[in-house]
Amino acid sequence: MDRHSIIYSDEKLLKRLHADKDITIEDALENEMVINMGPQHPATHGVLRLVLRLDGETVMGLVPELGYLHRGYEKMAENMSYIEFIPHTDRLDYLATMCNNVGYILAVEKLAGIEAPKRAQYIRMIVAELSRIASHLVAIGTFALDIGAVTMVMWTFREREKIQNIFDRLAGARFTTSYTRIGGVASDMDEETFAMTKQILDELEPSLVEMDKLMLSNRIFIGRLEGIGILQKEDAIALGVTGPNLRASGVEYDVRRAKPYLYYNEIDFRVPTFSEGDALARYFIRGDEVRESVKILYQCLDKMPQGEVMANDPKKVLPHKTEIYSKMEELIHDFMIINFGINPPVGDTYSSVENPKGELGFYFVSNGTGNPWKLKIHSPSFCNLQAVQLLCKGAMISDVVAIIGSLDPVMGEADK
Amino acid sequence: MDVKELIVGKVKEKFDSAVEDVSDFRDDLCLTIKKDQIAVVGKFLKDDPDLQFVMCKDVTAIDWATCKKRFTTVYHIYSHKLNYTLRLKANIDDDPPTVETVTGIWRSADWYERETFDMYGIKFLNHPDLRRMYMPEGFEYHPLRKDFPVLGIPGSLPLPKKAD
Repeated sequence: MDRHSIIYSDEKLLKRLHADKDITIEDALENEMVINMGPQHPATHGVLRLVLRLDGETVMGLVPELGYLHRGYEKMAENMSYIEFIPHTDRLDYLATMCNNVGYILAVEKLAGIEAPKRAQYIRMIVAELSRIASHLVAIGTFALDIGAVTMVMWTFREREKIQNIFDRLAGARFTTSYTRIGGVASDMDEETFAMTKQILDELEPSLVEMDKLMLSNRIFIGRLEGIGILQKEDAIALGVTGPNLRASGVEYDVRRAKPYLYYNEIDFRVPTFSEGDALARYFIRGDEVRESVKILYQCLDKMPQGEVMANDPKKVLPHKTEIYSKMEELIHDFMIINFGINPPVGDTYSSVENPKGELGFYFVSNGTGNPWKLKIHSPSFCNLQAVQLLCKGAMISDVVAIIGSLDPVMGEADK
Repeated sequence: MDVKELIVGKVKEKFDSAVEDVSDFRDDLCLTIKKDQIAVVGKFLKDDPDLQFVMCKDVTAIDWATCKKRFTTVYHIYSHKLNYTLRLKANIDDDPPTVETVTGIWRSADWYERETFDMYGIKFLNHPDLRRMYMPEGFEYHPLRKDFPVLGIPGSLPLPKKAD
């Protein structure tokens, strides 16, 4: 078989191709054609591969292929302790590392029955919301870039850069943060970090208005998104779509509201929803969520309680380094936790948090030892990608890019 | 009435013989259902007007390695009406492991079951498109089984040949 057989699906045409070397391009255009998109394609946000069946420019059907970034994190988690896995959560959704850290650690704490101090929980809330803003800014920017609006991505990355600077101060790394610890966070937030956060929030609001002006006065941008890739409410629920994509289809489901974790029950915020369910609604909802996150952050900064950032539970929570070097008992606990793990009781728990992409869930099965017997990561990008097949059917080939951009998948998370 | 009591009561009233176990660990309610009844119970949980578990969040499996019933499939389903996530389990004792699909009830289970098949080799009967999700076609093993080594099996994936 030569390479023509891959491109042309039509049997008759294939035979003619072999017989006639002078075949013209019109023959291909009059028949259905199978085209490969990705895995190395800038608009697929990573290594997503789509095999499209086209009739002219219309997509008759498509098959998504995943697994190009599969690193086997669930297998690796079974062979390392609960603490060791924290850095690996950074590599799931690499645009919202803090959210993953918080989600994972909350799942471990639920399983082990640890409660972090209130100040630590508030800091977790702040970093998770900052991470959400950063992730949505990238989503909006790259989405606009996919459509052909290049300026937007510069503007959103400029704002995101400031948020990365805060993470740099807090965790010592801009992207691979690994900031949370079992029973608390790695370091306390100091006054200067608070001031930086306040300043960013003050600057963000005007620049959001600027961005909206840039995009929404652009007729091409609106024209290419309005009414494209409509996801009906029933389909969204049936296909298990989560996060902003679900809310853009009119389902008011947000884990922060449905099952409040951390201290979201003390915070006043709105869950934005749209009823249209098209790509434009999915663009708007991310902008609205950034605005809600700003509101949440202002409240968190106001309500920030004083106190410790690590829980006092010597058998499960790592002691501070200075204590390990100076006290015998702390040294023993540190040795036991590092070498044998925290040994949560036998049982299984499911805990989920609202990530920028949707609901991130961790399902743990513990057999009482230091390593989890099983960890299942319920990743939102994976769920959202399941809708691609339905959304792209009947769309034009140029809309495929817009639809993938509007769903905002991150392959690091979808492939695990 | 308490949500958990409502769910357990409703299911037990209709399928008393199908429920093998009810557990409640860390406030997570879990029903263990007989393997051949899982699709029927799932359909009831979705269609009952008081329960309406319309969303399937996740399908996965556990490999117990040494137990006689080696595999357990785990389903997480969500009801917007009750605002509750329920866990269903089904123990599988046959070899090769098979279980009835739930794609007819929840469409989202399609990919989740494909992933579970890929990772554990559990065959979902009547699944519309049971292919591997992550691993390449033609890969012989199922990575998340406990007898699969973490470092992989040498020669299981074709590598480029050495130059002469």
